[in-house]
Amino acid sequence: MSVGTSVTRRDAQSKVTGQALYVDDYRLPNMWYGATVRSTVPHARIKNIHYSPNFDWSQVVICDYRDIPGRNLVALIYDDQPLLAESIVRHVGEPIVLVAAPSKELARKATRYVTIEYEELPAVLTIEESLARKQKLFGEDNIFKSYTITRGNVDEALASADIVVEGTYRVGHQEQLYIEPNGMIATVQADGTLLVQGSLQCPYYVHRALKELFELEDDKVVVIQNTTGGGFGGKEEFPSVVAGHAALLARKAGRPVKLVYDRSEDFIASTKRHPAIIRHRTGLTRDGRLIAAEIDLTFDGGAYCTLSPVVLSRGVIHALGPYNCPNVRISGRVVATNTPPNGAFRGFGVPQAAFAAEMQMERIAQVAGFSPVELRRKNMLREGDTTVTGQILNYSVGTAQVLDAAIEHSDYLNKLQIYRNQTGSKRRGIGLSLYYHGSGFTGSGEEKIKGRAAVEFDKEARIRILTGSTEIGQGTRTIFPQIVAEELGIDLAQIDFEESNTAKVPDSGPTVASRTCMVVGSVVQKAAAALKAELIRRIALSCSLPEEGVSYKRGIFYHQDQPLMTLTEAAARFCQHSPIRTEARYSSPPGIKWDDASYTGDAYPVYAYAADVVEVEVDMDTYEVKLISVLTVSDVGKAINPRLAEGQIEGGTVQALGYGLYEEVFWKDGHMLNTRLTNYIIPTALDIPDLETILIENPYPYGPFGAKGIGELPMDGGAPAAVAAIANATGAFITQLPATPERILEALCQSKHLSDSL
Amino acid sequence: MVRVKINGHEHVLQTEPLARLLDVLRETLGFTGTKEGCGEGECGACSVIIDGELVNSCLIPICQVDGCEILTVEGLAVDGELSLLQQCFVEYGATQCGICIPGMLMAAKALLDSNSCPTRNEIRAAIAGNLCRCTGYMKIVDAIEAAVAAKLEVK
Ligand code: FES
Ligand code: FES
Repeated sequence: MSVGTSVTRRDAQSKVTGQALYVDDYRLPNMWYGATVRSTVPHARIKNIHYSPNFDWSQVVICDYRDIPGRNLVALIYDDQPLLAESIVRHVGEPIVLVAAPSKELARKATRYVTIEYEELPAVLTIEESLARKQKLFGEDNIFKSYTITRGNVDEALASADIVVEGTYRVGHQEQLYIEPNGMIATVQADGTLLVQGSLQCPYYVHRALKELFELEDDKVVVIQNTTGGGFGGKEEFPSVVAGHAALLARKAGRPVKLVYDRSEDFIASTKRHPAIIRHRTGLTRDGRLIAAEIDLTFDGGAYCTLSPVVLSRGVIHALGPYNCPNVRISGRVVATNTPPNGAFRGFGVPQAAFAAEMQMERIAQVAGFSPVELRRKNMLREGDTTVTGQILNYSVGTAQVLDAAIEHSDYLNKLQIYRNQTGSKRRGIGLSLYYHGSGFTGSGEEKIKGRAAVEFDKEARIRILTGSTEIGQGTRTIFPQIVAEELGIDLAQIDFEESNTAKVPDSGPTVASRTCMVVGSVVQKAAAALKAELIRRIALSCSLPEEGVSYKRGIFYHQDQPLMTLTEAAARFCQHSPIRTEARYSSPPGIKWDDASYTGDAYPVYAYAADVVEVEVDMDTYEVKLISVLTVSDVGKAINPRLAEGQIEGGTVQALGYGLYEEVFWKDGHMLNTRLTNYIIPTALDIPDLETILIENPYPYGPFGAKGIGELPMDGGAPAAVAAIANATGAFITQLPATPERILEALCQSKHLSDSL
Repeated sequence: MVRVKINGHEHVLQTEPLARLLDVLRETLGFTGTKEGCGEGECGACSVIIDGELVNSCLIPICQVDGCEILTVEGLAVDGELSLLQQCFVEYGATQCGICIPGMLMAAKALLDSNSCPTRNEIRAAIAGNLCRCTGYMKIVDAIEAAVAAKLEVK
């Protein structure tokens, strides 16, 4: 038994001894260091670039866009983002010139002798300005992408509803804040192969971007992932930029170049979570059944498209929350502004949507006098129900289980009553959220990329897993061996894991979208099953037996019931000259259908579900919020490694609480103001109480041993639960994140609560 | 010239007196287990123990540690055998991406060296200067608590 046990992480030993090597720990012979000159204005024409005569430029190498042999763009969805600005800059921090020098200090010094002369253009800095088309930034309407989902007739239903509740919710940027900043080292080898190593989630994204930038064939670009110090989506698409820059410098300098950001540069340069404005209009029957939901979402994409259309799409699909509603109109759009491009961040559009959806449920409960639990119970999706995209949920719907367990374990109902109408200077409150997250890519995404993975079996009977899925701390390198060990009934110690290197491993698709365990894990399982089948075929052939008569169980091949040979013997017999390699590709579960044109069908193969209960104490003099307890109940399908699954949920929950309570990016004229850890605040060990994490296993029939994707799920529910708890404690109904003391005070001033008490 | 003892070994260094201890450890001496997460004393990834005290090595100029004894993460295991704290970090699932872990271990060691029986809250306070974005701190606190318990048992 391997699956379902909490075996220790394979990389733990190297990480506790300091031996694990992250990109900044490498020093290659003759290596130089890179630095970047960035735009200091949000929107401008570049008139001139001055290189000061007070600096000796012969000691460094300089690159601008003219050094790019291929197309000057970061290949992703729209091909709109240049690797280096040409004549126009569209956001503060946009890279313009690169420098490489023998030392980091010299490279940074050189950048201070480069002056960019601008002719400033009007800048669009907010969603409102973009929608008002203050300046045309993209197409005719500044909209990168829009989606509409319609079901039933929402206008009629709203007109006939007994109760209509409206709400507007706002969220700002959030920084991924991996503790290891972005970094890459590029080397051009003697045969012209471009080798890039560094901190990244998706080696094949970087591979593709480099191929296009440098017009190289597949095998002339090699991307290797070093131990990566956190990603959370922040190292999904952005590393292509860093890699492109390092490669450009390495080519020109004729030596390896390391480009590692310091914290401030990482804040300024890298993508963040999309800010959003989300409006809800909900119609209900007198007894609290949802009959109409009109939801409007606008996301701020920033200056370039990056992954915004896919982020928006996920936000739109999750906008209602895990509830039934027969009449729905959800419209979403993502707009261009002159702020740094936003991109992937754990949750990918859902944390924004889930905050709005769950606060809307709280508001409905408050306005119409329903119990927050009853309102959710009455409307939540259950097996056999249909989602907003028309997907019928045939299996693994854990809403009732997670909600019941959360209520029971937290004593929610009782505390909710007790905490109402407190008068002391310290007031407690309890808050609830119910949420879901689609596992894997949206719609036809998985079908389009058909992720691949392989296993190799050698003469020592060792099995090597080959996959493009990376270890970014979440446990890929521990759970994939568990899956293979279980499939083959062998010991974990017999299983190796190939390094994350595009020259060695197949493209399994990116390490994103809660897809590694569920989607790629199932492909790895299939590859192991294919190995079994291949060995059976060879044994049957060499022993002149019919294939159907040969079977395999726990390391031994049988003919009928007679043992034929062990796995070790099979290895010696068939792998003397070369290992046997079997590969598998993803295929969708039967019956999955998705229509991109109408945006209807099975948006995800399955959803994971969870409920959070958060208890807070608010100091009524300072409005500071202290977290008292945090409970998360998650339906994970099957926990391949329960301790690792808990670790994912705990870490994600704390990021979500940071989003809800502390994390905020401040802007002035397009500049991020708080680019340091002293002023961008994330939760510390003292801010967070002991977390209670309950796993519920509601197996997904097509996941590996029933597993669903849970990487992002815990990012979705912490913020609304914490904000609901503040409302319970103080009466302050906060509609904008984060719920800082200032916002609590503001909400209190607006609410009746305060005027009553005056 | 600066003389320091690192993980029990003497080093005589000819470096610029204002060089950051972090850079000397990582670049000059190759102790890359000590990490840089912010360079300004906020994240704790660069934590080392100097003469028994936990410090952020990104804030210390090398000239300040002349004659001092420094312990880095590389000095925790003895002859390839993990220290009790390291074992507990492995066993309790305290590591994810791992970048904060060397600093966390140093903070935990500094605590345990000065307080043989800390409460969970004292543990939390002791690692409050060490940011972790992956774990939510729960399993790190568990691991340190387990090390405390195991140590008390031995006594
Ligand atoms: S690098 Fe020293 S505290 Fe962050
Ligand atoms: S384990 Fe990744 S930051 Fe702590």
